[in-house]
Parts: sequence; C-alpha cells; structure tokens
Amino acid sequence: MAGEEYRKPLPQPSETSRPFWQGTQARELRLQQCRDCGKRIFYPRAICPFCLSEHLDWVVATGKGKVYSYTVVRRAMHPAFQEDVPYVLAIVELDEGPRLTTNIVGVGPEDVRVDMPVQAAYDDVTSDITLLNFEPLLGPEMD
Amino acid sequence: MTLKRAAAITGIGELKPTRNPDGKTTLGIMAEVSRLAMLDAGLVPKDVDGLLIGPPIVEMVPMWPSVLGEYLGVHPRYSNVVDIGGASAAGMVWRAAAAIAAGHCRAALCVTGEASDVETFYSPRARRRSQLPYREFEVPYGPMGVNSGYALIAQRHMFEYGTTSRQLAKIAADQRTNACANPDALFFDQPITIDDVLDSPLVVDPLHLLEIVMPCTGGAAFVVVSPEAARQSLRPPVWLLGAAEYATHMMLSQAPDITTSPIAVTAPKAFQTAGVSPEDVDLVSVYDCYTITVLVTLEDAGFCSKGAGGPFVAEHDLTYRGDLPLNTHGGQLSFGQPGLAGGASHVTEAVRQLQGRAGSRQVPNCELAFVNGNGGVMSEQASLVLGR
Repeated sequence: MAGEEYRKPLPQPSETSRPFWQGTQARELRLQQCRDCGKRIFYPRAICPFCLSEHLDWVVATGKGKVYSYTVVRRAMHPAFQEDVPYVLAIVELDEGPRLTTNIVGVGPEDVRVDMPVQAAYDDVTSDITLLNFEPLLGPEMD
Repeated sequence: MTLKRAAAITGIGELKPTRNPDGKTTLGIMAEVSRLAMLDAGLVPKDVDGLLIGPPIVEMVPMWPSVLGEYLGVHPRYSNVVDIGGASAAGMVWRAAAAIAAGHCRAALCVTGEASDVETFYSPRARRRSQLPYREFEVPYGPMGVNSGYALIAQRHMFEYGTTSRQLAKIAADQRTNACANPDALFFDQPITIDDVLDSPLVVDPLHLLEIVMPCTGGAAFVVVSPEAARQSLRPPVWLLGAAEYATHMMLSQAPDITTSPIAVTAPKAFQTAGVSPEDVDLVSVYDCYTITVLVTLEDAGFCSKGAGGPFVAEHDLTYRGDLPLNTHGGQLSFGQPGLAGGASHVTEAVRQLQGRAGSRQVPNCELAFVNGNGGVMSEQASLVLGR
C-alpha cells in the first residue's frame, strides 16, 4: 500500500458478508455453518441453501486445504493485473469442505500442482480489505 | 393443448416496499422473497426445478437464473429471464405453466426484486455497479473472464483422467478442417495442425490461444412452428425429438464437480425422450467455446465413458468426412463466436445438415443430430435431439 492507490477491483462487503472480511483482517478464515442442518457454507449467504434456515453461525476454519485446480494467467483481463502476470488463479478446497477462488502465492507458477496442500495467506491490500490468498502448507513433511 | 388447469400457484413471498435499499442488495432481496415463497408453498430448494426471473432494472447482469439458483441451492431444469417489463410477472405464470405442462419441471419459482431508490434508478453509473458474489469473491483475484474457468476445468480433467494437451488440440484442428469446407466460417481457408495449436501461446494454462474462442460480430435466428405449419413447410421440417435443461452453479468454485457437467443430466434425458442413443447420432453439434468444453460434453453426453474423452477424440475423425462428424460448420472456435449467435450456430448447422443443404461439408444420410448449448462455466446446459 504505502501511499500507492490500489487499482484492482475490490470486494464491496455486504451486511451478510462483512464478518468474512472482518475475519480476513483478523487473520481468520471464517465460514458460515447452518445451526439447523449443520452444513458449512461458502460464500456467505443470508439463507442456508440446503434448508432455507436463516440461522447461520460464523465458525473459524483451519485455513488449510488443497489446490482443487489452478491456472496460470498469462494475459490479464483487468489492466491492473497486467503487472502481475504470470500469476496463479486457483480453486482451493478447504479441509472443511467448501471450495473458493483465490490466488496461490509464495511459490512460482511452475511449482503449483493440483492436490497440493496449502494454507491461508492474508494480504492487506487496503486499510479496509484483506484478501484471502493461499500459500504452500508449511509443515514437517515439507522440511 | 391449452394451459387450462395446467398449473397452479401455491405459495407467495413479498416484501413491504421501502424508499431506499437500506444496505440490501438486489440478490439479497430476491433470495428473501424466494425463501418466503418456498416456505409458503411448503417447499425446500431441492424441490424447486424451474426458475424464472424478471430482470432487475438497476442491476442488469448476465445469467440471473444461475446467480440466484446458486445462491438459493436451486438447480433448475428450466431457467428463464422474462424481460417484458411490467408484464414480466404475468408472463412468468404462463411460461411456468407451459414448462410444467411439457414435463420440463414440476415446481417453478418466479422471482422479481429491485434494490433501488430515486437517485440510483436515474444514475447510469450505478446501473453498472453490482454486488453479486462473483464480483465480491472472484473478481478481486483476477480471473481472465471465463477463460480461466475453463482452464481450471481442463487442468483438473488432466489431473483426474490423464487428458493431454495434444488430445485437446486435435479437437481444434479437426474443427478447422470443417471450417475450411465452410466459406461462411471466420477462419475459412486457414488450415491448422495439432502442432500449430500446441505451438500457439499459452494464454491461461493449460489452454493455448487456438483452443480459445474469438469474439466477433454476427447473428443467427430460426423459426419454430406447429406440426400443422411444419407439414406445409417449404423445407423438410427438422423436428425437436428431445430436450432437457439443467443448471447447477454460476461460479465454478460452487460447481458440484468441475469435470462432470450438468450435461450428464440433460443429454440422457433428451436421448430418452427421443428414444435414441448417442450411437444413433449422425451429427454432433455442440458448444465449443474451448476445446475442453467439447471433450467434457462428449463424455457427459455418453459418446464415450467419463474420463475417456482424450483417447476418444484422438481415435475418431471429427471432421465432416469422419466417423463422428462434429461441429461441421467449424464450431465457434473456427466459425466464430458472435455473442449468443455462436451458440445458435450449433442449431442452424444441425438444421442445414438434416435438411441436406450443407454443401461440400454435407454429412451423407444425416438423419439425427445431437445439439448442446452451454452457458457460464459449464453452468447451464440445454441439450436437444433433432431429426428429420
């Protein structure tokens, strides 16, 4: 950041999704869980898409998952991403089940693999928004 | 047949109007009234299989049915945007009844909603603003439109089934051979080889430039008439023999499975209605925004088993002279993709082939065609069986 304006598209949190974005600022990956049917839900909704319940609780996920699929973007669609190419866009499947779209960081595009274990990495892109990226899982098996 | 007593309304949901959105989004409002209507009717999302939407005026975005369906957990077999202004709601009633009478769905949810106030309504800039989940949870990470979505499908398909770029490239090369027999194709007279495809730049791994459709200008239309009118037609009628539709998501991250598409539901139903099977088909005319789209379609429609698409396209000749004529007009990859007319080109080509007026690329004795239309990132699928 440091005085430079962030030019990429930013999420506009809604009443429903705000706890998720407050979570990323606090270095937490928050998911919704339905109090009535127990299902875990991402992206944030006002209504459970399984049973129509309006009683959705926020729970903190482990922040760990696997690369479900990925691609290397070599030509950016949005001009502000052009300086980042080639970069990795991925779908990560969380250990808790839900999948989400994200970027894989902290590793070269050539070293990303499907099924690779990853963990949440938080990027404070503005004072209001922290994006949720993922990086290779650091653990004993990686040493 | 008339629609007299063909369907009934069994539940409603409505919000008290407010001067301002007060933090509510269009999608949130539509979800709220949908919930109320489903509860009123004693239904849960999985009971609902038809979704009709009157498009919001201040949030004109594509594919509202899959956006709302995904949010609600509704997987429609009949999706429709009914865009006739103030008549949309009434229009939805009879369209839903018609779909129900035709056996395409059993419970159709009809939805309208608007998060607006006087200032927003008259502000052109505000009309472009959107708070859809796609804007909030995908766009900030830099997707390359739908290109990256299909790349994610291809990558996962390679991981699960060992599919190769060379197998995918074969689809593009064969379709180009077809385009070279179609003077109306954008890439007429510009043959390419499998190696040309593989040597073209990687744009969004693992997809190369020549595996990606090119936007262009064009148009297509067709006329659908009653059996009585068809019998008096100048041309041999091309009959609709079977049809089915199904949608499961808007964002790829929300798809139940990214390598198996809703075609696994729609194609078998269309074939069953027609009383035929994939091996009876003389022409395959299927949506091909990317090479991987064709591969997944062939698998899910039952032309080969799941995961066997790579070897299957390598072993079969997909040209108009081949043992499995596919996208004989060149497909959108080589004919061109003029917006929604690209999808229509699969219908018009099937009609041409079935009527025997496809010129030098005519498939001999073409009597039965399988047509597939695809929307989003393999999100919404409509399959047709057409015949003479």
